[in-house]
Parts: sequence; C-alpha cells; structure tokens
Amino acid sequence: MSSAATGRPVWSAAVVVIAVLVATPVAAVVVDGVFTTGATQLPVGLGAMVLTTLGLMLGVAVGTTLVGGGLAWLVTAHRFPLRDVLAWLLVLPLAMPAYILGFVFLSTFDSAGPVQGALRGVLGDGVWTPEVRSLPGAVVVMSLTLYPYVYLLARNALVEQSPGTYDAARTLGASRRRAFWKVLVPLARPSLAAGLALVMMETLTDFATVQYFNVRTVSVGVYLVWRGSFDPGSATRLSVLVLVFAVAVLAAERLLRGRARFHQQGARGRGLRPVTLTGWRSWGASALCLAVLGAGFVVPVLRLLAWALEDAAADPSGLVDPRFVDYLVNSLLVAAIAAAACIALSLAMGHGLRLGSGRLARSAAQLSTFGYAVPGAVVGIGVLLTFDVLDDALRGLGVPGGTGLLVTGSVLGILYAYVVRFLAPAYQAVDASFAKVSPTMTLSAMTLGASPRRILTRVHLPLVRPGVMVALVLVMIDAVKELPIVLLLRPFGFTTVSVWVFELASENFWEQAALPALVIVAAAIVPVAFLFRQVRLLDALHRVG
Amino acid sequence: MGTELVDAPPALVLESVSKSYGDVVAASSLGLRAAPGELLTLIGPSGCGKSTVLRLVAGLERPDAGTIEIGGQVVAGARGWQPPERRRAGLVFQDHALFPHLSVHDNVGFGLDRLSRRDRSARIGEVLDLVRMGSLASRFPHELSGGEQQRVALARALAPRPVVMLLDEPFSSLDENLRAQVRADTVAVLRETGTTALLVTHDQTEALSTGDRVVVIRDGAIEQADTPQRVFESPATRFVASFMGEADFLPANVHDALLTCEIGVVSTVPGWADCDVDVDVVLRPHEVALAADPASSARVVAVEYHGAFVLHTVSLGSGRTLRSWQPHSVRHPVGTTVSASVAAGITPTLLVGDLAVTSPPPR
Repeated sequence: MSSAATGRPVWSAAVVVIAVLVATPVAAVVVDGVFTTGATQLPVGLGAMVLTTLGLMLGVAVGTTLVGGGLAWLVTAHRFPLRDVLAWLLVLPLAMPAYILGFVFLSTFDSAGPVQGALRGVLGDGVWTPEVRSLPGAVVVMSLTLYPYVYLLARNALVEQSPGTYDAARTLGASRRRAFWKVLVPLARPSLAAGLALVMMETLTDFATVQYFNVRTVSVGVYLVWRGSFDPGSATRLSVLVLVFAVAVLAAERLLRGRARFHQQGARGRGLRPVTLTGWRSWGASALCLAVLGAGFVVPVLRLLAWALEDAAADPSGLVDPRFVDYLVNSLLVAAIAAAACIALSLAMGHGLRLGSGRLARSAAQLSTFGYAVPGAVVGIGVLLTFDVLDDALRGLGVPGGTGLLVTGSVLGILYAYVVRFLAPAYQAVDASFAKVSPTMTLSAMTLGASPRRILTRVHLPLVRPGVMVALVLVMIDAVKELPIVLLLRPFGFTTVSVWVFELASENFWEQAALPALVIVAAAIVPVAFLFRQVRLLDALHRVG
Repeated sequence: MGTELVDAPPALVLESVSKSYGDVVAASSLGLRAAPGELLTLIGPSGCGKSTVLRLVAGLERPDAGTIEIGGQVVAGARGWQPPERRRAGLVFQDHALFPHLSVHDNVGFGLDRLSRRDRSARIGEVLDLVRMGSLASRFPHELSGGEQQRVALARALAPRPVVMLLDEPFSSLDENLRAQVRADTVAVLRETGTTALLVTHDQTEALSTGDRVVVIRDGAIEQADTPQRVFESPATRFVASFMGEADFLPANVHDALLTCEIGVVSTVPGWADCDVDVDVVLRPHEVALAADPASSARVVAVEYHGAFVLHTVSLGSGRTLRSWQPHSVRHPVGTTVSASVAAGITPTLLVGDLAVTSPPPR
C-alpha cells in the first residue's frame, strides 16, 4: 500500500539479499548447465527419460483427477452412510509418503509377495501377472498418495464457492446435472488447476518411489548421473531440463487458471444440496471411499505395524535399533534448524514488504518461492556448485581448503539446500498471516512512534504467530521426509530416518524399515490434522449456512 | 474561530506539495496551513487525493516536491524527510486499526514507550478518561463496540500528544444513528485538548458541521479552503457549488446591477452598475420558491417526499431543470404548471466560466 519511497532501505535490501541467497543454487545450475562448454554430449537415454517423466506426470494427473475429483463430487453432492466421517478421513493418505506406500505396495504385489503367491497357489505357476515394478505401478501408488490435493481443493471449490451462483442457475431452469457441469465445474477450474499443479510438483520432485518401480524420470536421472557416472556436466544439463519441466508446470497452472479470479464474496445461498443415496448405491459409495482409504492408508499402516512387531518379536533384545535413535535425532535436529531459518527469513521478508517496499523487493519475494518447484536433487547439485565457486574464491583469497571442510564435514550444505527448497511453504504460511493484518495496523504503529524493529517484535510477530506455527510444522515435516538432498550433501556417516528407510527398503529389508517408516507417517499426520480441522470447519460452516 | 488564531504560528504548513502515482496526480502543488487548535475538514469526491494529504502529513508517503512542516519543524522537503515515527502526527483510521493482541490499556500505551512506567500509566488513565473509556481499560478490542473502538483509537492517537491529529473518515464505519454522537464526542475531545486536526470525510454535512474550515479538493488540487458558511454560500468554483450541497445553474445576465435569468429578475447585484455581462447563476433548491401559475411554461416533473421537506423538480420552458425544497405541507403534483422565483434577500453566486465572480469582469 505504501509507496516505494517510504520503505526502509535496510529491510528492503534484506528481502533482496534473501532472494539472491535462495536463487543462487538454482541459478548456478542454469549457468553451469547452459553456459559451461566442454563435453557437450547429452546423458545416455535422455529421450527415454523425458518420455517416462511425461508418461508418469500424465498418468498421475489423470489418476488424481479421477480419484480426487470423483471423491470430492461423491462426498459433496451425496449423502450416504459414514459420509461425514469419510469426508475428512479421505485426506489421510496425504500423511503417507509415496516412497513408503511404494515399498509396502511392492512387497504386497510383487512376484515374491503374498498376492501373487496366492494366485500361483490357486492357478498354478504359469499364470500371467502384470509387472508391478513399472510405470503403471508407480502411477497407482502416486495417485493414491497425492489425490488428496485435488480432493481438498475441488471440495473447497464445490462447497465454498458461489452458492448464490448455483442457486441462480437452478432458478434459471438448469437441472442439477447441468448446473454442475455448466456452473460448478467451470468455477472450480482454478482450484482444480492449483491442486493438479501441486500434484505435478510432487510427482516431478519424487525421488524414491520412482526408483523402487524402476521408473527413470529426469529427477532421478540427475542424481544417478551425478553419482554414477561422475559426469557433472551431464548432470547439470539434465538439471536444466528438470527446471524446464518445473517451469512448464507453473506455466500450465497459470494457463489453466486463465484470467479467472472466481472469488465470490457475499454470494449467500443454499448452493449444492446433497442427494441422499439409497440401496446398493449408498453402500457402494461408502465402500468406494473405504476402499481408497484402505489402499492409501489403513492397509499399509497395518502392514507396517505387523512388520514392526515381527521385527521386535524376532529380536526382543534390541527392541529399538540404537542407530534408529541417532538417525531420528539427526532428522529432527536438521529439520528444526531448517524450520527456524525458514521462519526467520520469511518474517524478515514479510516485515520488509509490509514496511513498504518497491517493485524490486516484491519481485524478489516472489522469486524466493520458486525453490519449492525444484526437485531436491537439482537443489543439491546447485548447492554443491555454489560452494564450489565459493571454494575457488576463498582459495583465491588464500584460505587453504576453502569451504571444502565446512561443507563435506557438516550439515551446512543440507541446511542451505533445505532453506532453498522449503522457504516457499514457510513464506506462504507467514505471508497468509500477514495478509490478515490490516495495513493500517502497521501504519498506526508507525505514527505512534514505533521503530521498524519495535513494529516487528510488538505488532507483526504476535499477529502472524499462527502463520509461524504453520510454517514450523510444514517445513519440519517436509524436511524429515526429504531424501535426495541428504543423499547428495550429507557428510560422511550422517544418516537421517528418511535415508535409512530408503536404504533398507531398497534392499528389501521391509521389517527393519517398518518402524522408521511409521515414525515418518506419524510425523506427517500432524499437518494433515491441520487439514482435518479445515475440512470439518468447512462442513460446519456449510451446515450452518 | 479561525480568525482569532491567525497570529499564532501555524501547527501545520503544506507548501507546493505535489505527489503523483504514475499518471495519476494525487496532490498538485497543494498549499495549506492550519493554526494551532484549528479543525480542518478535507472533502472531495473519491480519488481526489484527500487521503493522500493525510498520508503525506503522516509520513506514509513521500512528496515528489514541496515542503511539509509540523509544529515549525520541516518533516518533508528538499533537505530531508522524517519517517512517520519521528513526526508528531497522530492518525486515526476508518477501521480503527487497534492492535487485537493488546488490551485497551496497552493499545493506548503503545506510543508511550519512552515514558517511565508510572508516567505512562498516568497518561493512559488521563486520555482514557478523556474519551470516557477508563472503566474498560482491561478489555480487548474484540470485546468493544464500534463506537468504543473508535474512542480507543482516538485516545491511542492522542496519548503521545501529537501536534496534529489526522483522522481518515473515522466515523464512516459506524452505524448511522451512532455516528452523530461519536462525532460530537470526538470533536469535543479535540476542542478540549486544543488539538489541531485534519479530518477527511466524504460526507458534506459532516464537513460543514465539524470543521472550522472546509477544504474542498478535486483532482489533487484545493478548490476552496474557507469557513463552512463561505464554502456553502459563496462557493469559489462551479465544482464547489455543485459538490457542497445541491445546486442548479442557469444562464443569466447582469445588466445595470440587475440579475435576470429564465425565471425572471433574480436580485440586484450591488457594484455591477454600468455593465452588461453574461454569467451563470447558482441556485440552491432551498432558495427557489414555487407558486402554481397556469400561465407559466414551467412544469413540475418530479416530486420526492423527504419527510420534513418535499423536493420538487421543475422543467423550465428552455428544458433546463430547477429544484426546489418546499415545506412538507406544500405539494405541487407532477404536471402542475408553476412559476419559480428566488426567495427575497438572497444574493446568489455568479459564475463566469467555472469560477465565481464578485465584481464585474474587466472589459
């Protein structure tokens, strides 16, 4: 609201510095990938990787739209047994990381698993079975864990948006079906686009699931090329390609959303009224929801529990692997530091913009959130490249060894990469809180003689505390789940829970992987609980209104 | 009231202050001074720049050119610019902007952090008593009514003893029936503390009834800054005449001190002897008398009942319309032919072009 002229130079500069800090690794990848000459050969099998990535993204997009959109429509427009409970329970699979569901899925349906074993027992050894370690397998697993994004946003759009518009359509003579297709679906399009964009980002950044299923996407390619062939040139060029994918997703979201800003205010009305399903339809609807919930959450959790118990029973002396405690502490510590850093930077940015900053600072703040769209492997390589340049510079200045020891010997690299990657969710949470603080609040504090620092501590910080809490939870969960960054940047001997699960699962030690996997699921339930509250609030509002 | 204060040094001075946002001119070479204790109301159509004036004075915007002085101290000018926290300007917003996480007591104490604990408490008590909110000091903003919030916002802004108080449409968020009372209370507090104040409003009645002077702004420029009486009775421009109250304009002629227009002789214009000038005459509905007259070519085309008064719209022979307030007992039905005249003793404003004239233009 304030013009650039009244901004505080120090705080505006801070916003720009933060953005530069966060953008540097990504920029390093681009510069290195595009401009560095040398062996100009492209990585082997590039075409196949691109096709695989496209196939996976398309498959998951269709899968999540069908499951998420379908369930949202079913739950919102119909009444059937258990509907009110299922409506919010259906968000639960979000707490199940794809790489955990992935290995449970594999262990169950792969040729050595119980399902195929039973089939062979009944139909003989010659029975044909589909290859589970395949692209379709990955699509199924990822759709099952990612559909809640689409579900949530579609449901929000159906419940919250424009009851008045729907009523108007009905009074103009449109049937229920016609009002749905001609009014509600077009109005929900921006939300669907946003949901799908989130799904696509997650698909693109996925690292572990696709490896279990032998699906070579570009993101995995980056890591494998970097680690496997020691060909940094190819890896960075591939990274640039991944960035192109990320930009394409963002652009597609913009395009799909179009110029539409369907923000309806004050349009009160009854809106979509659920029809009560009867007979087999009602039980079918419940069963469908339960099936999705079972496949995406309940059954895998039960299976993990069973393994964990088996493991404990097999070796009662070491109830808990001592390494597990170490790894858990590692995970939590790094996640907490990363969260604190992300929150501090987000607050500085939000505060700086609030004090009145120019276009440069505002664009910088926008820029700083791009990291979330960049897969961890790419961020990791970017951090390595950045430290490399820093190294050369330091050595040039006569510092022996440069940053080398600092990076390889500590978790600094991991922390930096985490900030690059997770500043976006933290900033968005804090910014959403800032948006609820009227600009006049800040201006009042100024005219009452408060310095920028006092405004931060006495006005902004207390008022955006909810956003800070959300940011803390989001970043910590994401950081605990993160894999490729740790794999690329960890100092020798440093392991986190997520890496441990991945390594155990990759070698088919399901039982040992079960307990740490359950810990990750438990941690991931925390933010999902936040979503529960939102869904139930929405329902309550809908019932009242 | 303004006149007796003219000799004291001004509390607020704006000199040639300009501010644009891209192509939009929000302030164009504004000049304004307020004497200590004076209450100025700023009024104009939305987007005219009246709020920009407040923001410039408060330091929330930086002027492109010009000088602003508060209490004799230059706060914006060629040689420097003071941020809002260093200016002694209090600001009350339309949404009150109370800090929701602080009690009434702490809200009012927010601007007093440089005082000792005891002095602060004393001052908080003092201003809260002034706005009759002393008993609610421990409440939180969400526990207050709109009017109470407004009073706390006023107390909070008054607490650091600002040299000038800026109020940005402070009553427009209040209910119609509450507004008059809160407005009277606010003005009383400002008078009692002798605070110089700039009050932005979009309500003509509010501007006329509260201000020692009314500043009418259009397109970032001051059209007229004068006492309420003069703004209403002797508008400086066509815009002020039509914006501050209802007005109709009729082409007229002054010939040998006699003002005539379509409805006949309006009045004499002293000092305009020996001339023959075409002007526009400003006629306000309360100045226009109507009488049923079958021979007239003027006809009543609309009648609006407003309770105590009835607004008649009359179409003259030329097709121009003229409005007239009549007491509620008088009602000329639509279609009645009437003759319009100007009530005796009125000296209407005359316009040449868009400007008011008081003496015959030089030939």
